[in-house]
Amino acid sequence: MQIPDALERWSGKVQTVRIGATQEEGGTRSKVVEVGGETGLPFLKFEGETPNPPVVAMEVWDIPPIDWPEVLTEPFGDALEDPAKWAKKCEEFGADMICIKLVGIHPDFGDASPEQARDVVRRVADTVSLPLIVWGCDEDEKDNEVFPACSEALSGERCLLGTAKEDNYRTLVACCQADGHNLITEAPLDINIQKQVNILVMDAGFPPDRIVMYPTTGGLGYGIEYAYSIHERSRLAALGGDRIMAMPVIALPGPEAWRAKEAKGTDEEVPANWGPQMERGPMWEFITATTLLQAGTDILVMRHPKAVRELKKFVEKLL
Amino acid sequence: MIIVGERINGMFKDIRRAIRKKDKGPVQEMALRQLEAGADYLDINVGPASADKAGTMVWLVETVREVTDAPLAIDSPNLEAMRAGLEACKGSEVMINSTTGKQEDLEAYMPLAQEYDASIVGLTMDENGIPGDVNGRTEIALKILASAMEHGIPTDKLFIDPVILPVNADQRQPANVMKAIGEFKLLSDPPPHIIVGLSNISQGTKQRPLINRTYLVMCMAHGLDAAILDPLDRELMDAMITAELLLNKFIYCDSFLEAYRR
Repeated sequence: MQIPDALERWSGKVQTVRIGATQEEGGTRSKVVEVGGETGLPFLKFEGETPNPPVVAMEVWDIPPIDWPEVLTEPFGDALEDPAKWAKKCEEFGADMICIKLVGIHPDFGDASPEQARDVVRRVADTVSLPLIVWGCDEDEKDNEVFPACSEALSGERCLLGTAKEDNYRTLVACCQADGHNLITEAPLDINIQKQVNILVMDAGFPPDRIVMYPTTGGLGYGIEYAYSIHERSRLAALGGDRIMAMPVIALPGPEAWRAKEAKGTDEEVPANWGPQMERGPMWEFITATTLLQAGTDILVMRHPKAVRELKKFVEKLL
Repeated sequence: MIIVGERINGMFKDIRRAIRKKDKGPVQEMALRQLEAGADYLDINVGPASADKAGTMVWLVETVREVTDAPLAIDSPNLEAMRAGLEACKGSEVMINSTTGKQEDLEAYMPLAQEYDASIVGLTMDENGIPGDVNGRTEIALKILASAMEHGIPTDKLFIDPVILPVNADQRQPANVMKAIGEFKLLSDPPPHIIVGLSNISQGTKQRPLINRTYLVMCMAHGLDAAILDPLDRELMDAMITAELLLNKFIYCDSFLEAYRR
């Protein structure tokens, strides 16, 4: 008896987005990171291709980290005092990109000026040649003051700037248009809003092949199953031909995993049978990342070098 | 939802005049406007009054081909005109509109579909006319499906049409057609496409656009996935898009009508 062909045939695919510009293209990055382009569900090699493997961006703040456990700060040492040194360490740890989180511009965390933020991103760009992500502080008014300065300072480097939201996207769209950057559209774990933000940004004239989606990441116990289902539905829609959902996806397993006591809690603070934090913490981050990979994720923002190393080995095995 | 734009038909005054005068403009404009409005195929019909059916068909096809490569549906009951139209479309995607379930028609049109690698519409009517009930339609549908399989036509190129009658001709038929659509979906796995000539439902009635769009949505709920209609009727297309949303065919967003049209 002929065994029926059960392979899925998809009519759509995920857009390919290029992050970083080399000298030939007007930038100073040593390489271009391409994400997206998938023609099937995650890692089902018999049904589709993954032309660009998922990549890791390591997180760097513009100020020393607040509230990071020793297990997390120890690998970096005093490099954490300076964003450029911190980024250099991340490069050594194997990061594919650097994600600069501008925590210090937030009114509650120092209220750094646009000029100060600009200096930080420029120094990081001058110290490492990896493609860059620059992420605001989530306070819309301040972000809108700071985006233009940082965007212009990195003009031509084809960075990934974030984030554009349903009620605050025009400034970021304008900057990214003017300076040739890609942008991240954000939605609060709501797939309908995600699609709407993509449309709003495209209506404002921004090209779809320079958009990366951030559906919001929740850790285990903090909404991971919700995030997972949204990553998955978005990916299914893209493969089914919905061009407005056909963008690569970015997630934040680093920041989210380290919020949980399973990672953050010191050996004194948690039950003994949870195991030593120096394994427990990175493992928690690793598992958060691999879970989201299965749902369809292209860029993982991570923190601990051990989690990064294991994640990259894991991806290699899957491909 | 596969949309076949119905407007390039000699029964419409503007197209009839253009055919008579051999004026390409109105035909080409109508082709582009229908495509812009969301048509996937353009139906090409010389209309009832045409004398040289085959020649006119070729003229229409070539005129449209000057401005677009979009798939065409050759719409003619005349075999010679059908063949001429298919020949003029050679090398591109084409649909045969249509064959009936009559044995002699199937034997004439299925080989054509095979020869031109065309999609084909099969009307569930035969030498006894249009069946009054659901079973009669399903029987003929099965016959058409079997003939398609015999001739190596894949299911995804077969479009079965349960034949709509005007609502004021027999008010029992709209419900029968809907039930038939549901039955046709069970004929094979995967099932063939199901198509209707939507405007027939309101032939000779008032409130034509309202009747058309209401019936389209009702049929979609039963599994209709293709229709020959007027894509320039914006409210009709809005209703079609909304029905697809309600059938979970795409993800909702506040600008869902705009999103669909992008």
